[in-house]
Amino acid sequence: MALLAALAAGGLLFLFPFYYTIVGSLQLEPNADISGAFPSPGNFSLENYAAINEALNLGRTLLNSGIFTAGVIIATLALGLLAGYALAQLDFRGRGVIFNAMLLVLIVPFQLLMIPLYVMIVRYYGLADNYLGMILPFAVNPTAVFIFRQFFKQIPVDLFDAARIDGASEFQVLRRVAIPIATPAIITAIIVTFIGPWNEFLWPFLITKEQSLQPLAVALANYISNVAARAANPFGAILAGATVLAVPAVVLFVATQRWFVQAQLGSSVKG
Amino acid sequence: MATIAATAPRARRIRRALGRHPVGLLFVLPYAAFLVLVYAYPLGLAVYMSFYDYFFAAPGAVVERPFVGFDNYTTAFGDAIFLESLGNVVTFLVINVPLTVALSLVLATALNAKLPLRGFFRTAYYIPYVTASVAVIGVWLWLFSDTGLVNSALGPVAPAPPWLVNEFWAMPMIAFFATWKQLGFYVVLYLAALQNIPSDLYDAASVDGAGALKSFRHVTVPGVRPATTLVVILSTIVGANFFTEPYLLTGGGGPNNSSVSPVLHMYRRGIEQGDAGYAAAIGVLLAIGVIVISMVNRFILERD
Repeated sequence: MALLAALAAGGLLFLFPFYYTIVGSLQLEPNADISGAFPSPGNFSLENYAAINEALNLGRTLLNSGIFTAGVIIATLALGLLAGYALAQLDFRGRGVIFNAMLLVLIVPFQLLMIPLYVMIVRYYGLADNYLGMILPFAVNPTAVFIFRQFFKQIPVDLFDAARIDGASEFQVLRRVAIPIATPAIITAIIVTFIGPWNEFLWPFLITKEQSLQPLAVALANYISNVAARAANPFGAILAGATVLAVPAVVLFVATQRWFVQAQLGSSVKG
Repeated sequence: MATIAATAPRARRIRRALGRHPVGLLFVLPYAAFLVLVYAYPLGLAVYMSFYDYFFAAPGAVVERPFVGFDNYTTAFGDAIFLESLGNVVTFLVINVPLTVALSLVLATALNAKLPLRGFFRTAYYIPYVTASVAVIGVWLWLFSDTGLVNSALGPVAPAPPWLVNEFWAMPMIAFFATWKQLGFYVVLYLAALQNIPSDLYDAASVDGAGALKSFRHVTVPGVRPATTLVVILSTIVGANFFTEPYLLTGGGGPNNSSVSPVLHMYRRGIEQGDAGYAAAIGVLLAIGVIVISMVNRFILERD
Protein backbone atom coordinates (compact mmCIF):
# COMPACT_ATOMS: atom_id res chain seq x y z
CA MET A 1 0.00 0.00 0.00
CA ALA A 2 2.84 2.34 0.90
CA LEU A 3 4.51 1.27 -2.31
CA LEU A 4 1.41 2.10 -4.31
CA ALA A 5 1.18 5.51 -2.68
CA ALA A 6 4.84 6.24 -3.40
CA LEU A 7 4.41 5.19 -7.02
CA ALA A 8 1.32 7.33 -7.36
CA ALA A 9 3.09 10.34 -5.87
CA GLY A 10 6.04 9.82 -8.21
CA GLY A 11 3.73 9.39 -11.20
CA LEU A 12 1.89 12.60 -10.38
CA LEU A 13 5.19 14.43 -9.99
CA PHE A 14 6.22 13.12 -13.40
CA LEU A 15 3.00 14.18 -15.05
CA PHE A 16 2.65 17.48 -13.25
CA PRO A 17 4.69 19.49 -15.83
CA PHE A 18 2.31 18.28 -18.55
CA TYR A 19 -0.76 19.21 -16.59
CA TYR A 20 0.81 22.56 -15.73
CA THR A 21 1.64 23.19 -19.41
CA ILE A 22 -2.03 22.86 -20.33
CA VAL A 23 -3.24 24.92 -17.36
CA GLY A 24 -0.70 27.65 -18.10
CA SER A 25 -1.52 27.72 -21.79
CA LEU A 26 -5.14 28.55 -20.94
CA GLN A 27 -4.48 31.44 -18.55
CA LEU A 28 -5.23 34.93 -19.70
CA GLU A 29 -3.02 36.45 -17.02
CA PRO A 30 -0.01 34.27 -16.15
CA ASN A 31 -0.39 33.15 -12.57
CA ALA A 32 2.73 31.52 -11.16
CA ASP A 33 1.41 31.38 -7.61
CA ILE A 34 0.28 28.11 -6.07
CA SER A 35 -3.31 29.09 -6.89
CA GLY A 36 -2.29 29.25 -10.56
CA ALA A 37 -1.72 25.49 -10.55
CA PHE A 38 -5.48 25.01 -10.44
CA PRO A 39 -7.69 25.86 -13.40
CA SER A 40 -9.71 28.99 -12.73
CA PRO A 41 -12.68 29.85 -14.94
CA GLY A 42 -12.21 33.57 -14.28
CA ASN A 43 -8.76 33.54 -15.87
CA PHE A 44 -9.55 31.25 -18.79
CA SER A 45 -8.80 32.16 -22.38
CA LEU A 46 -7.68 30.74 -25.71
CA GLU A 47 -5.78 33.98 -26.33
CA ASN A 48 -2.38 32.27 -26.03
CA TYR A 49 -3.18 29.85 -28.82
CA ALA A 50 -4.16 32.76 -31.05
CA ALA A 51 -0.95 34.58 -30.08
CA ILE A 52 1.35 31.66 -30.86
CA ASN A 53 -0.54 30.97 -34.08
CA GLU A 54 0.02 34.56 -35.14
CA ALA A 55 3.72 34.44 -34.26
CA LEU A 56 4.54 31.03 -35.75
CA ASN A 57 1.78 30.26 -38.23
CA LEU A 58 0.93 26.95 -36.59
CA GLY A 59 -0.69 25.56 -39.72
CA ARG A 60 2.46 26.07 -41.75
CA THR A 61 4.94 24.90 -39.11
CA LEU A 62 2.82 21.84 -38.33
CA LEU A 63 2.75 21.08 -42.04
CA ASN A 64 6.55 21.36 -42.12
CA SER A 65 6.84 18.98 -39.15
CA GLY A 66 4.44 16.67 -40.95
CA ILE A 67 6.41 16.71 -44.22
CA PHE A 68 9.70 16.15 -42.40
CA THR A 69 8.22 13.26 -40.40
CA ALA A 70 6.35 11.71 -43.33
CA GLY A 71 9.46 11.90 -45.54
CA VAL A 72 11.50 10.05 -42.94
CA ILE A 73 8.80 7.42 -42.41
CA ILE A 74 8.36 6.79 -46.16
CA ALA A 75 12.10 6.47 -46.80
CA THR A 76 12.47 4.26 -43.72
CA LEU A 77 9.73 1.91 -44.92
CA ALA A 78 10.94 1.76 -48.52
CA LEU A 79 14.65 1.26 -47.89
CA GLY A 80 14.18 -0.48 -44.56
CA LEU A 81 11.81 -3.21 -45.78
CA LEU A 82 14.11 -3.98 -48.71
CA ALA A 83 17.19 -4.16 -46.49
CA GLY A 84 15.47 -5.89 -43.56
CA TYR A 85 14.04 -8.63 -45.79
CA ALA A 86 17.34 -9.18 -47.59
CA LEU A 87 19.34 -9.28 -44.35
CA ALA A 88 16.96 -11.81 -42.81
CA GLN A 89 16.01 -14.09 -45.69
CA LEU A 90 18.51 -13.81 -48.54
CA ASP A 91 21.95 -15.28 -48.71
CA PHE A 92 24.45 -13.01 -50.42
CA ARG A 93 28.00 -11.90 -50.03
CA GLY A 94 28.50 -8.89 -47.77
CA ARG A 95 25.43 -9.55 -45.65
CA GLY A 96 27.43 -9.83 -42.44
CA VAL A 97 29.37 -6.65 -43.16
CA ILE A 98 26.20 -4.64 -43.79
CA PHE A 99 24.53 -6.02 -40.68
CA ASN A 100 27.50 -5.14 -38.49
CA ALA A 101 27.72 -1.66 -40.02
CA MET A 102 24.05 -1.25 -39.20
CA LEU A 103 24.56 -2.15 -35.54
CA LEU A 104 27.53 0.18 -35.38
CA VAL A 105 25.59 3.23 -36.59
CA LEU A 106 23.01 2.68 -33.86
CA ILE A 107 25.60 4.01 -31.42
CA VAL A 108 27.14 6.83 -33.51
CA PRO A 109 25.79 10.03 -32.00
CA PHE A 110 24.36 12.45 -34.54
CA GLN A 111 26.16 15.38 -32.94
CA LEU A 112 29.53 13.98 -33.95
CA LEU A 113 28.43 14.13 -37.57
CA MET A 114 26.82 17.54 -37.24
CA ILE A 115 29.65 19.65 -38.66
CA PRO A 116 30.55 17.43 -41.66
CA LEU A 117 26.87 16.86 -42.48
CA TYR A 118 26.32 20.59 -42.38
CA VAL A 119 29.26 21.07 -44.75
CA MET A 120 27.93 18.41 -47.12
CA ILE A 121 24.27 19.30 -47.15
CA VAL A 122 24.46 23.07 -46.95
CA ARG A 123 27.75 23.72 -48.77
CA TYR A 124 28.16 20.84 -51.24
CA TYR A 125 24.55 20.20 -52.16
CA GLY A 126 22.98 23.59 -51.40
CA LEU A 127 20.09 22.00 -49.53
CA ALA A 128 19.67 24.61 -46.76
CA ASP A 129 16.04 25.69 -46.29
CA ASN A 130 14.92 22.59 -48.14
CA TYR A 131 12.81 19.61 -47.05
CA LEU A 132 15.20 17.19 -48.73
CA GLY A 133 18.14 18.55 -46.74
CA MET A 134 16.09 18.22 -43.56
CA ILE A 135 15.08 14.62 -44.28
CA LEU A 136 18.32 13.22 -45.71
CA PRO A 137 20.38 12.59 -42.52
CA PHE A 138 17.35 10.95 -40.85
CA ALA A 139 16.01 9.26 -43.98
CA VAL A 140 16.33 5.70 -42.73
CA ASN A 141 15.82 4.98 -39.05
CA PRO A 142 18.33 2.17 -38.27
CA THR A 143 16.10 0.96 -35.44
CA ALA A 144 13.29 0.31 -37.93
CA VAL A 145 15.60 -1.67 -40.23
CA PHE A 146 16.55 -3.71 -37.20
CA ILE A 147 12.86 -4.31 -36.38
CA PHE A 148 12.20 -5.52 -39.95
CA ARG A 149 15.18 -7.81 -39.92
CA GLN A 150 14.14 -9.37 -36.61
CA PHE A 151 10.59 -9.79 -37.89
CA PHE A 152 11.52 -11.53 -41.16
CA LYS A 153 14.10 -13.65 -39.36
CA GLN A 154 11.38 -15.52 -37.47
CA ILE A 155 9.29 -16.30 -40.60
CA PRO A 156 9.98 -19.82 -41.94
CA VAL A 157 11.81 -19.88 -45.29
CA ASP A 158 9.23 -22.35 -46.73
CA LEU A 159 6.68 -19.58 -46.94
CA PHE A 160 8.88 -17.64 -49.35
CA ASP A 161 10.16 -20.75 -51.14
CA ALA A 162 6.60 -21.64 -52.14
CA ALA A 163 6.32 -18.38 -54.05
CA ARG A 164 9.79 -18.84 -55.53
CA ILE A 165 8.86 -22.27 -56.89
CA ASP A 166 5.85 -20.64 -58.56
CA GLY A 167 8.37 -18.54 -60.47
CA ALA A 168 8.03 -15.27 -58.56
CA SER A 169 11.05 -12.96 -58.69
CA GLU A 170 12.62 -11.97 -55.39
CA PHE A 171 11.01 -8.54 -55.63
CA GLN A 172 7.58 -10.12 -56.18
CA VAL A 173 8.16 -12.36 -53.16
CA LEU A 174 8.88 -9.27 -51.10
CA ARG A 175 5.85 -7.38 -52.40
CA ARG A 176 3.26 -10.15 -52.46
CA VAL A 177 4.34 -12.38 -49.57
CA ALA A 178 6.70 -10.63 -47.18
CA ILE A 179 5.18 -7.15 -46.91
CA PRO A 180 1.55 -8.27 -46.43
CA ILE A 181 2.48 -10.40 -43.41
CA ALA A 182 4.74 -7.69 -41.97
CA THR A 183 1.94 -5.32 -40.90
CA PRO A 184 2.72 -5.54 -37.17
CA ALA A 185 6.39 -4.79 -37.81
CA ILE A 186 5.46 -1.92 -40.13
CA ILE A 187 3.16 -0.36 -37.54
CA THR A 188 5.85 -0.70 -34.88
CA ALA A 189 8.43 0.87 -37.19
CA ILE A 190 6.16 3.82 -37.98
CA ILE A 191 5.48 4.49 -34.30
CA VAL A 192 9.12 4.25 -33.29
CA THR A 193 10.26 6.39 -36.20
CA PHE A 194 7.62 9.08 -35.72
CA ILE A 195 8.98 10.67 -32.54
CA GLY A 196 12.50 11.09 -33.99
CA PRO A 197 11.85 13.73 -36.66
CA TRP A 198 8.72 15.11 -34.96
CA ASN A 199 10.72 16.00 -31.84
CA GLU A 200 14.04 16.73 -33.55
CA PHE A 201 15.43 20.18 -32.92
CA LEU A 202 19.15 20.46 -33.66
CA TRP A 203 19.36 19.43 -37.32
CA PRO A 204 16.38 21.32 -38.78
CA PHE A 205 17.42 24.26 -36.60
CA LEU A 206 20.87 24.26 -38.24
CA ILE A 207 19.65 24.19 -41.81
CA THR A 208 16.44 26.25 -41.84
CA LYS A 209 16.70 29.98 -41.52
CA GLU A 210 13.38 30.74 -43.23
CA GLN A 211 10.52 30.45 -40.78
CA SER A 212 8.09 29.30 -43.45
CA LEU A 213 10.15 26.09 -43.76
CA GLN A 214 10.77 25.43 -40.08
CA PRO A 215 9.16 22.49 -38.26
CA LEU A 216 7.17 23.47 -35.18
CA ALA A 217 9.92 22.39 -32.74
CA VAL A 218 12.39 24.79 -34.41
CA ALA A 219 9.95 27.67 -34.76
CA LEU A 220 8.89 27.33 -31.11
CA ALA A 221 12.52 27.16 -29.93
CA ASN A 222 13.34 30.33 -31.87
CA TYR A 223 10.28 31.96 -30.34
CA ILE A 224 11.49 30.97 -26.86
CA SER A 225 14.98 32.35 -27.43
CA ASN A 226 14.20 35.51 -29.42
CA VAL A 227 10.66 36.75 -29.46
CA ALA A 228 9.27 35.76 -26.11
CA ALA A 229 10.73 38.73 -24.26
CA ARG A 230 8.59 41.12 -26.29
CA ALA A 231 5.29 39.25 -26.07
CA ALA A 232 2.44 40.19 -23.72
CA ASN A 233 2.14 36.79 -21.99
CA PRO A 234 5.29 35.00 -23.18
CA PHE A 235 4.90 31.92 -21.00
CA GLY A 236 1.26 31.49 -21.96
CA ALA A 237 2.12 31.58 -25.66
CA ILE A 238 5.13 29.27 -25.22
CA LEU A 239 3.00 26.77 -23.30
CA ALA A 240 0.28 26.92 -25.95
CA GLY A 241 2.90 26.14 -28.62
CA ALA A 242 4.36 23.40 -26.43
CA THR A 243 0.93 21.81 -26.07
CA VAL A 244 0.41 21.77 -29.83
CA LEU A 245 3.87 20.24 -30.33
CA ALA A 246 3.49 17.62 -27.60
CA VAL A 247 -0.07 16.41 -28.23
CA PRO A 248 0.49 14.36 -31.44
CA ALA A 249 3.44 12.42 -30.01
CA VAL A 250 1.82 11.82 -26.62
CA VAL A 251 -1.50 10.73 -28.16
CA LEU A 252 0.25 8.39 -30.57
CA PHE A 253 2.27 6.92 -27.71
CA VAL A 254 -0.66 6.42 -25.37
CA ALA A 255 -2.73 4.84 -28.14
CA THR A 256 -0.01 2.42 -29.21
CA GLN A 257 2.19 1.99 -26.16
CA ARG A 258 2.12 -1.79 -26.17
CA TRP A 259 3.93 -1.84 -29.52
CA PHE A 260 6.06 1.12 -28.70
CA VAL A 261 7.63 -0.06 -25.48
CA GLN A 262 8.34 -3.53 -26.84
CA ALA A 263 10.04 -2.15 -29.93
CA GLN A 264 12.20 0.25 -27.94
CA LEU A 265 13.23 -2.65 -25.79
CA GLY A 266 13.85 -5.05 -28.62
CA SER A 267 16.18 -2.68 -30.36
CA SER A 268 18.12 -1.51 -27.37
CA VAL A 269 18.58 -4.70 -25.40
CA LYS A 270 19.19 -7.12 -28.24
CA GLY A 271 21.08 -4.51 -30.21
CA MET B 1 24.24 -25.60 -77.27
CA ALA B 2 27.60 -24.23 -76.39
CA THR B 3 26.01 -21.29 -74.60
CA ILE B 4 23.92 -23.49 -72.34
CA ALA B 5 26.95 -25.51 -71.40
CA ALA B 6 28.79 -22.32 -70.56
CA THR B 7 26.05 -20.74 -68.44
CA ALA B 8 25.65 -23.58 -65.96
CA PRO B 9 29.16 -23.40 -64.50
CA ARG B 10 29.02 -19.62 -64.70
CA ALA B 11 25.86 -19.55 -62.58
CA ARG B 12 27.63 -21.76 -60.11
CA ARG B 13 30.61 -19.46 -60.11
CA ILE B 14 28.40 -16.40 -59.49
CA ARG B 15 26.66 -18.26 -56.71
CA ARG B 16 29.96 -19.08 -55.09
CA ALA B 17 31.18 -15.47 -55.38
CA LEU B 18 27.98 -13.62 -54.46
CA GLY B 19 25.90 -16.12 -52.49
CA ARG B 20 22.66 -17.94 -53.28
CA HIS B 21 20.63 -14.75 -53.77
CA PRO B 22 22.86 -12.15 -55.40
CA VAL B 23 19.73 -9.99 -55.78
CA GLY B 24 19.97 -9.43 -52.02
CA LEU B 25 22.89 -7.12 -52.73
CA LEU B 26 20.60 -5.02 -54.89
CA PHE B 27 18.03 -4.93 -52.07
CA VAL B 28 20.46 -3.65 -49.45
CA LEU B 29 22.22 -1.30 -51.86
CA PRO B 30 20.01 1.78 -51.19
CA TYR B 31 20.39 1.34 -47.45
CA ALA B 32 24.12 0.69 -47.74
CA ALA B 33 24.44 3.84 -49.86
CA PHE B 34 22.58 5.74 -47.16
CA LEU B 35 24.96 4.44 -44.47
CA VAL B 36 27.96 5.53 -46.53
CA LEU B 37 26.52 8.95 -47.39
CA VAL B 38 25.21 9.85 -43.94
CA TYR B 39 27.61 8.01 -41.61
CA ALA B 40 30.84 6.74 -43.17
CA TYR B 41 31.64 9.67 -45.44
CA PRO B 42 30.87 12.39 -42.84
CA LEU B 43 32.93 10.45 -40.29
CA GLY B 44 35.91 10.55 -42.67
CA LEU B 45 35.21 14.17 -43.55
CA ALA B 46 35.18 15.11 -39.84
CA VAL B 47 38.63 13.59 -39.34
CA TYR B 48 39.93 15.22 -42.55
CA MET B 49 38.54 18.65 -41.66
CA SER B 50 40.02 18.47 -38.17
CA PHE B 51 43.53 18.54 -39.70
CA TYR B 52 42.85 21.61 -41.82
CA ASP B 53 42.18 25.26 -41.19
CA TYR B 54 38.74 24.64 -42.65
CA PHE B 55 36.52 27.71 -42.41
CA PHE B 56 33.37 28.79 -44.18
CA ALA B 57 33.81 31.41 -46.87
CA ALA B 58 31.14 33.12 -48.95
CA PRO B 59 29.46 30.57 -51.23
CA GLY B 60 31.39 30.22 -54.48
CA ALA B 61 34.53 31.89 -53.19
CA VAL B 62 37.71 29.86 -53.65
CA VAL B 63 39.69 29.91 -50.43
CA GLU B 64 42.80 28.21 -49.23
CA ARG B 65 42.39 25.79 -46.41
CA PRO B 66 45.90 24.87 -45.36
CA PHE B 67 46.85 21.64 -43.64
CA VAL B 68 47.59 22.43 -40.01
CA GLY B 69 48.39 19.03 -38.52
CA PHE B 70 47.33 18.70 -34.91
CA ASP B 71 46.90 22.47 -34.42
CA ASN B 72 43.12 22.25 -33.97
CA TYR B 73 43.60 19.58 -31.32
CA THR B 74 46.24 21.51 -29.39
CA THR B 75 44.01 24.61 -29.58
CA ALA B 76 41.16 22.59 -28.07
CA PHE B 77 43.20 21.61 -25.03
CA GLY B 78 44.05 25.25 -24.41
CA ASP B 79 40.48 26.45 -24.98
CA ALA B 80 39.05 27.43 -21.58
CA ILE B 81 35.42 27.15 -22.73
CA PHE B 82 35.96 23.70 -24.20
CA LEU B 83 37.61 22.52 -20.99
CA GLU B 84 34.78 24.04 -18.98
CA SER B 85 32.25 22.20 -21.16
CA LEU B 86 34.05 18.92 -20.41
CA GLY B 87 33.88 19.73 -16.70
CA ASN B 88 30.14 20.33 -17.15
CA VAL B 89 29.77 16.88 -18.69
CA VAL B 90 31.46 15.43 -15.61
CA THR B 91 29.03 17.35 -13.35
CA PHE B 92 26.18 16.05 -15.49
CA LEU B 93 27.32 12.42 -15.24
CA VAL B 94 28.02 12.61 -11.50
CA ILE B 95 24.39 13.69 -10.91
CA ASN B 96 22.60 11.91 -13.73
CA VAL B 97 24.09 8.40 -13.61
CA PRO B 98 23.57 7.51 -9.92
CA LEU B 99 20.15 9.17 -9.91
CA THR B 100 19.05 7.37 -13.07
CA VAL B 101 20.36 3.97 -12.01
CA ALA B 102 18.87 4.18 -8.50
CA LEU B 103 15.46 5.59 -9.47
CA SER B 104 14.90 3.44 -12.53
CA LEU B 105 15.94 0.22 -10.80
CA VAL B 106 13.70 0.90 -7.81
CA LEU B 107 10.81 1.92 -10.05
CA ALA B 108 11.25 -1.09 -12.29
CA THR B 109 11.28 -3.45 -9.28
CA ALA B 110 8.12 -1.81 -7.96
CA LEU B 111 6.38 -1.93 -11.34
CA ASN B 112 7.38 -5.58 -11.77
CA ALA B 113 5.15 -6.53 -8.83
CA LYS B 114 1.49 -7.22 -9.60
CA LEU B 115 -0.01 -3.86 -8.78
CA PRO B 116 -3.27 -2.19 -9.65
CA LEU B 117 -2.81 0.65 -12.17
CA ARG B 118 0.52 -0.77 -13.31
CA GLY B 119 -0.17 0.23 -16.92
CA PHE B 120 -0.98 3.77 -15.87
CA PHE B 121 2.29 4.13 -13.96
CA ARG B 122 4.35 2.80 -16.84
CA THR B 123 2.71 5.32 -19.14
CA ALA B 124 3.15 8.16 -16.67
CA TYR B 125 6.88 7.56 -16.33
CA TYR B 126 7.35 7.07 -20.06
CA ILE B 127 5.55 10.17 -21.37
CA PRO B 128 8.40 12.67 -20.83
CA TYR B 129 10.61 10.41 -22.98
CA VAL B 130 8.34 10.64 -26.03
CA THR B 131 7.75 14.38 -25.77
CA ALA B 132 9.88 16.93 -27.64
CA SER B 133 12.54 18.56 -25.45
CA VAL B 134 11.55 21.93 -26.87
CA ALA B 135 7.98 21.44 -25.62
CA VAL B 136 8.87 20.42 -22.07
CA ILE B 137 11.61 23.02 -21.74
CA GLY B 138 8.87 25.66 -22.06
CA VAL B 139 7.19 24.56 -18.84
CA TRP B 140 10.49 24.08 -16.99
CA LEU B 141 11.40 27.67 -17.85
CA TRP B 142 8.14 28.79 -16.33
CA LEU B 143 8.31 26.52 -13.28
CA PHE B 144 11.82 27.61 -12.35
CA SER B 145 11.69 31.28 -13.34
CA ASP B 146 12.26 34.06 -10.82
CA THR B 147 8.58 34.31 -9.92
CA GLY B 148 7.74 30.74 -11.00
CA LEU B 149 5.75 28.13 -9.12
CA VAL B 150 8.79 26.51 -7.51
CA ASN B 151 10.05 29.78 -6.09
CA SER B 152 6.52 30.76 -5.03
CA ALA B 153 6.32 27.50 -3.09
CA LEU B 154 9.80 27.87 -1.60
CA GLY B 155 9.33 31.47 -0.57
CA PRO B 156 12.38 32.86 1.25
CA VAL B 157 14.60 29.80 0.70
CA ALA B 158 14.42 30.17 -3.12
CA PRO B 159 17.91 30.58 -4.57
CA ALA B 160 18.85 33.95 -6.03
CA PRO B 161 19.44 34.35 -8.91
CA PRO B 162 16.78 31.74 -9.81
CA TRP B 163 17.66 28.17 -10.75
CA LEU B 164 18.29 28.35 -14.47
CA VAL B 165 20.36 31.52 -14.39
CA ASN B 166 22.21 30.60 -11.22
CA GLU B 167 25.85 29.71 -11.77
CA PHE B 168 25.72 26.92 -9.20
CA TRP B 169 22.33 25.46 -10.15
CA ALA B 170 22.27 25.74 -13.95
CA MET B 171 24.21 22.56 -14.68
CA PRO B 172 22.52 20.40 -12.01
CA MET B 173 19.17 21.61 -13.37
CA ILE B 174 20.10 20.26 -16.79
CA ALA B 175 21.07 16.95 -15.17
CA PHE B 176 17.71 16.80 -13.30
CA PHE B 177 15.86 17.68 -16.49
CA ALA B 178 17.60 14.92 -18.44
CA THR B 179 17.01 12.40 -15.63
CA TRP B 180 13.29 13.21 -15.57
CA LYS B 181 12.99 13.09 -19.35
CA GLN B 182 14.89 9.81 -19.88
CA LEU B 183 13.87 7.88 -16.77
CA GLY B 184 10.90 6.08 -18.35
CA PHE B 185 13.11 4.58 -21.01
CA TYR B 186 15.53 3.20 -18.44
CA VAL B 187 12.69 1.85 -16.31
CA VAL B 188 11.52 -0.19 -19.31
CA LEU B 189 15.07 -1.37 -19.88
CA TYR B 190 15.35 -2.61 -16.29
CA LEU B 191 11.88 -4.16 -16.46
CA ALA B 192 13.09 -6.30 -19.34
CA ALA B 193 16.27 -7.21 -17.46
CA LEU B 194 14.21 -8.26 -14.43
CA GLN B 195 12.34 -10.81 -16.55
CA ASN B 196 15.66 -12.58 -17.13
CA ILE B 197 16.31 -13.26 -13.44
CA PRO B 198 15.18 -16.84 -12.71
CA SER B 199 12.54 -16.85 -9.96
CA ASP B 200 14.21 -19.77 -8.13
CA LEU B 201 16.98 -17.34 -7.18
CA TYR B 202 14.41 -15.35 -5.20
CA ASP B 203 12.96 -18.56 -3.76
CA ALA B 204 16.42 -19.67 -2.65
CA ALA B 205 17.05 -16.27 -1.08
CA SER B 206 13.82 -16.39 0.89
CA VAL B 207 14.54 -19.96 2.04
CA ASP B 208 17.85 -18.62 3.33
CA GLY B 209 15.88 -16.05 5.27
CA ALA B 210 16.57 -13.00 3.13
CA GLY B 211 14.02 -10.18 3.37
CA ALA B 212 12.85 -8.02 0.50
CA LEU B 213 15.75 -5.61 0.93
CA LYS B 214 18.38 -8.33 1.13
CA SER B 215 17.09 -10.17 -1.92
CA PHE B 216 16.98 -6.86 -3.82
CA ARG B 217 20.65 -6.30 -2.98
CA HIS B 218 21.91 -9.82 -3.52
CA VAL B 219 19.67 -11.09 -6.32
CA THR B 220 18.19 -8.15 -8.22
CA VAL B 221 21.17 -5.80 -8.37
CA PRO B 222 23.69 -8.38 -9.64
CA GLY B 223 21.03 -9.90 -11.93
CA VAL B 224 20.47 -6.69 -13.88
CA ARG B 225 24.14 -5.82 -14.19
CA PRO B 226 24.24 -5.95 -18.02
CA ALA B 227 21.35 -3.48 -18.11
CA THR B 228 23.24 -1.24 -15.68
CA THR B 229 26.23 -1.24 -18.02
CA LEU B 230 23.94 -0.20 -20.85
CA VAL B 231 22.36 2.56 -18.76
CA VAL B 232 25.77 3.98 -17.84
CA ILE B 233 26.97 3.89 -21.44
CA LEU B 234 23.79 5.47 -22.82
CA SER B 235 23.93 8.18 -20.13
CA THR B 236 27.50 8.93 -21.11
CA ILE B 237 26.48 9.28 -24.74
CA VAL B 238 23.58 11.58 -23.81
CA GLY B 239 25.82 13.57 -21.48
CA ALA B 240 28.45 14.13 -24.14
CA ASN B 241 25.90 15.16 -26.74
CA PHE B 242 23.28 17.42 -25.28
CA PHE B 243 22.58 20.67 -27.04
CA THR B 244 18.91 21.64 -26.74
CA GLU B 245 19.04 21.81 -22.93
CA PRO B 246 21.88 24.34 -22.54
CA TYR B 247 20.76 26.21 -25.65
CA LEU B 248 17.18 26.77 -24.49
CA LEU B 249 16.83 25.83 -20.81
CA THR B 250 19.80 27.81 -19.52
CA GLY B 251 19.78 30.51 -22.18
CA GLY B 252 22.80 29.43 -24.22
CA GLY B 253 25.00 27.61 -21.72
CA GLY B 254 24.81 30.44 -19.23
CA PRO B 255 25.37 32.00 -16.91
CA ASN B 256 29.04 32.61 -17.65
CA ASN B 257 29.36 29.31 -19.54
CA SER B 258 28.56 27.44 -16.35
CA SER B 259 26.26 25.11 -18.31
CA VAL B 260 27.92 25.20 -21.74
CA SER B 261 28.08 21.77 -23.40
CA PRO B 262 30.72 20.53 -25.86
CA VAL B 263 28.15 20.35 -28.66
CA LEU B 264 26.89 23.88 -27.96
CA HIS B 265 30.50 25.08 -28.11
CA MET B 266 30.97 23.14 -31.33
CA TYR B 267 27.90 24.82 -32.81
CA ARG B 268 29.12 28.28 -31.85
CA ARG B 269 32.68 27.86 -33.08
CA GLY B 270 31.85 25.83 -36.16
CA ILE B 271 28.61 27.23 -37.46
CA GLU B 272 28.16 30.66 -35.89
CA GLN B 273 31.82 31.65 -36.19
CA GLY B 274 32.60 29.53 -39.27
CA ASP B 275 35.63 27.74 -37.83
CA ALA B 276 34.49 24.31 -39.03
CA GLY B 277 37.90 22.60 -38.86
CA TYR B 278 38.18 23.38 -35.17
CA ALA B 279 34.60 22.28 -34.49
CA ALA B 280 35.27 19.01 -36.33
CA ALA B 281 38.30 18.41 -34.08
CA ILE B 282 36.09 18.87 -31.00
CA GLY B 283 33.66 16.35 -32.50
CA VAL B 284 36.41 13.79 -33.02
CA LEU B 285 37.71 14.29 -29.47
CA LEU B 286 34.20 13.84 -28.09
CA ALA B 287 33.66 10.64 -30.05
CA ILE B 288 36.96 9.22 -28.83
CA GLY B 289 36.09 10.24 -25.27
CA VAL B 290 32.68 8.56 -25.42
CA ILE B 291 34.15 5.34 -26.82
CA VAL B 292 36.90 5.23 -24.18
CA ILE B 293 34.48 5.93 -21.31
CA SER B 294 32.07 3.28 -22.63
CA MET B 295 34.83 0.71 -22.81
CA VAL B 296 36.10 1.53 -19.33
CA ASN B 297 32.55 1.32 -17.94
CA ARG B 298 32.04 -2.00 -19.60
CA PHE B 299 35.28 -3.29 -18.20
CA ILE B 300 34.55 -2.12 -14.67
CA LEU B 301 30.90 -3.14 -14.54
CA GLU B 302 31.32 -6.50 -16.21
CA ARG B 303 34.52 -7.77 -14.62
CA ASP B 304 34.13 -11.07 -12.80
